Amino acid sequence: MANEKIRNFCIIAHIDHGKSTLADRILEKTETVAIRDMEEQLLDNMDIERERGITIKARAVRLKYTASDGEDYIFNLIDTPGHVDFNYEVSRSLAACEGAILVVDASQGIEAQTLANTYLAIEHDLEVVPVVNKIDLPSADPERVCNEVENIIGIPAMDAPRISAKMGTNIEAVLESVVTGIPAPTGDTQKPLKALIFDSYYDSYKGVIIYVRVKEGTVKIGDSIRLMATGAVFTVVEAGFMDATNLINSGTLEAGEVGYIAASIKSIGDTQVGDTVTNNDNPCDEPLPGYRKVNPMVFSGIYPADGAKYGDLREALEKLQLNDASLSFEPETSVALGFGFRCGFLGLLHMEIIQERLEREYNLDLITTAPSVIYKVTMTSGEVVYIDNPTNFPDPALIQTAEEPMVKADILSPSEFVGNIMELCQDRRGTFKDMQYLDDTRVNLHYELPLNEIVYDFFDVLKSRTKGYASFDYEMLGYVPSKLVKLDILLNGDVVDALSFIIHTDKAYGRARKIAEKLKENIPRQLFEVPIQAAIGGKIIARETVKAMRKDVLAKCYGGDITRKKKLLEKQKEGKKRMRQLGTVEVPQEAFMSVLKLDT
Amino acid sequence: MSDLGIYIHVPFCGKKCGYCDFYSLKYSRDSAEGYVQAVLRNIDHYGDSASAVDTIYFGGGTPSLLFPEQLSLIIERIRERFTVNEDCEITLEANPSGLTPERLCKLRKTGINRLSIGVQSMIDSELGFLGRSHNSARVERTVLDAAEAGFENISCDLMLAVPEQTISSLEISAIRLASLPIKHISAYILKVEAGTPFDCDEIRSVVPDDETSADFYLHAVSVLEGLGFRQYEVSNFAVPGYESRHNCRYWQCRDYIGIGPSAHSCFGGKRFASESSLEKFICSDVQPVYITDDSPCGFEEYAMLRLRLREGLDLRNIGERRDFLEKKLPPLISSGYINFDGDIISLTPKGFLMSNSVIEHLIF
Repeated sequence: MANEKIRNFCIIAHIDHGKSTLADRILEKTETVAIRDMEEQLLDNMDIERERGITIKARAVRLKYTASDGEDYIFNLIDTPGHVDFNYEVSRSLAACEGAILVVDASQGIEAQTLANTYLAIEHDLEVVPVVNKIDLPSADPERVCNEVENIIGIPAMDAPRISAKMGTNIEAVLESVVTGIPAPTGDTQKPLKALIFDSYYDSYKGVIIYVRVKEGTVKIGDSIRLMATGAVFTVVEAGFMDATNLINSGTLEAGEVGYIAASIKSIGDTQVGDTVTNNDNPCDEPLPGYRKVNPMVFSGIYPADGAKYGDLREALEKLQLNDASLSFEPETSVALGFGFRCGFLGLLHMEIIQERLEREYNLDLITTAPSVIYKVTMTSGEVVYIDNPTNFPDPALIQTAEEPMVKADILSPSEFVGNIMELCQDRRGTFKDMQYLDDTRVNLHYELPLNEIVYDFFDVLKSRTKGYASFDYEMLGYVPSKLVKLDILLNGDVVDALSFIIHTDKAYGRARKIAEKLKENIPRQLFEVPIQAAIGGKIIARETVKAMRKDVLAKCYGGDITRKKKLLEKQKEGKKRMRQLGTVEVPQEAFMSVLKLDT
Repeated sequence: MSDLGIYIHVPFCGKKCGYCDFYSLKYSRDSAEGYVQAVLRNIDHYGDSASAVDTIYFGGGTPSLLFPEQLSLIIERIRERFTVNEDCEITLEANPSGLTPERLCKLRKTGINRLSIGVQSMIDSELGFLGRSHNSARVERTVLDAAEAGFENISCDLMLAVPEQTISSLEISAIRLASLPIKHISAYILKVEAGTPFDCDEIRSVVPDDETSADFYLHAVSVLEGLGFRQYEVSNFAVPGYESRHNCRYWQCRDYIGIGPSAHSCFGGKRFASESSLEKFICSDVQPVYITDDSPCGFEEYAMLRLRLREGLDLRNIGERRDFLEKKLPPLISSGYINFDGDIISLTPKGFLMSNSVIEHLIF
């Protein structure tokens, strides 16, 4: 297959603008999937993706298309996530492509993630082909949306295909613009092998499967390959491409192609996404630039509810990490929760997804601590430390300055909600930068916000205050000095380390009161009364009390039947296992979870 | 000679009460006769003249539905097969309805010397709610008639935390009962048991909550103590010297044989229970039983049962576990759940109310 007949592209869009539906239609149109095998969101094969209607993992699939010029083309479609948390997935996919289809909802217009993803594509020198979707909606206004694309993003859009992915309207026009609008890959099949790893996953039969974009040269079964960053050498067992549901072992991959390699790679550590694959006997001079490394921004402790499952949790995290290089974790211990891991995530959605996958796919029962960002603390000694676990926040007397990470946020919304949004951002310690009118009715608000104010529930609250209309994206700005304190929660006089967190002084009182109230609701009455206190240093700033239970008695031992009483005691003992015993206080898992969602 | 208690479970009722979850069936003359014959066969089976029977207890159900002649047959058979102590306590659970003066006299002649009467309340509206067929006037007459018939040891049940009950109506019930010639009161907190007719939203919504029930209980304890009925167990109060000897067996890990469908036994180093089937009981030579515990009266059970009693658990009797328990005492003492004199742990009324948690905290 000559390179000029190949098109490598991805689809980028704001969440819910119809990216996965368009991918489904393209698969159908190119008859990559038999009609009987077709199902919605075909490429999103995780349960969680289908339930939430989102794409988390990028997927690559090879399609065959006969264009109106009568020629056959090979399309490599790479489906990518839309959510801000998964930008790194987008950027990995982009590096394997020459172009991107930008899907914009004809009724919604440009949203925060439309912008973010488009800028990413342009940064990667991709050709962007706009498509206006959902023209079947009564509220569709393709004309206005095309104008927005031209005015705000600055790419020609008047000829953009106007389609309905849902109804299957005008899909050919999209395929034609892929042929005409996206360049064919370049690359020389005779040069030494140079291929970019853009994803990998673990298959229990074949070992690690790596997804590659071959930039130069050829790779085939039996070749000895070297992963340049780690230096590990393997022999290729399979090389080929992916159709919608299977790996097709075609035996070889050439420059310009997208495909997979299986080489009996056992260890996760050997394959780094972004690494370059070359031929061990005929290596290339230097590796490809790779990716900008993604750094986790949100941290939380994850503990097995049952301490005996610690090993299982580690194994599950290792497996997830293989498919998700952005997930980081290291062991930590908590007095309250025992052995667990401090995990780093790209954002709150990422954190939720990982937790859900651990619980669902690995059948683990988890306790998670409140999310924290990384704080930068300069000690009086001059030493600089980064704190991702509130427990480790130094004694205030030893702190010279404490700094917290800030983000630059774009909030796109109908203008009628500007007041609500400003109120919310004000409340979250935001600094207003400016506001742009996208058209008569829509605005883009720019704010600087502390990251720790948005990691809990900012997006949920934003949605509820704008009837679901606002969209939101952010990028890191760096650190600024801040009045930070560590808030400790005490049960029965003892600090519960897993409930400590770092907060701005001005917000400490309000949050302390809310946490104390939540805990009171969620800690059941028990044999002894449980004083709940919130403290900064030695100073108590909020308190509540769970009163002692009054009645827990089996009044009768009827006719000498003491089995009932014994059973009851056994049952009670069993129930206790689902609680965390902190001193004399029993704390159910729900109590730890409840403090995570204070405002909802 | 080892001492023994005998429990006879009489599984008949004229009418089932909505809150009751014991094994009992509608009374019929035929099945009662078949039942009595089966009881006699079982007495023959378990009979052992080397055992000194100290207590006999007819529980139910409504044992007073049996004819005095039938009860007499059973008691006589026990006397034939076992050695029955002269001062043996023989208790009959009875409903006020049907206890005429003549009937009471006949019952007394069978050797029964203690009556446990299912009064529940001396307030007629509360009795109506519980579905009892008697009223308070009937209770007074029955107790007086029983005393007249020679029953010197009479116990009455009193139900706590009944819907519509108030602290003052509870006081009235207690005072009216105490004014009668009785020696013992069992005061139980109403508990809606799963599967009973009371187990429905309509009833559950009107049953006092735990907080209110706790208030009723603590008030009952102080009123009954004030009236001369000393609390000796979670739910039992007696004029000193009139504590139920039979029930104390359960809490002292002493032997008892239970005869009748669903009756429990602790005998011969095992706990076992008879199947809950009148039909099987009548048709079998010996009642079919299943083991519930083949090494009873270990530390946990001993401690759990002893702690139901006001006399409490003597740490001198538990050997090396003493240290383990003693370490757990301070918060229980400071919360007012237990008294500790240096050797003996005993629960306070507040502790009895929380006895499941307190005991669990202590022994596990």
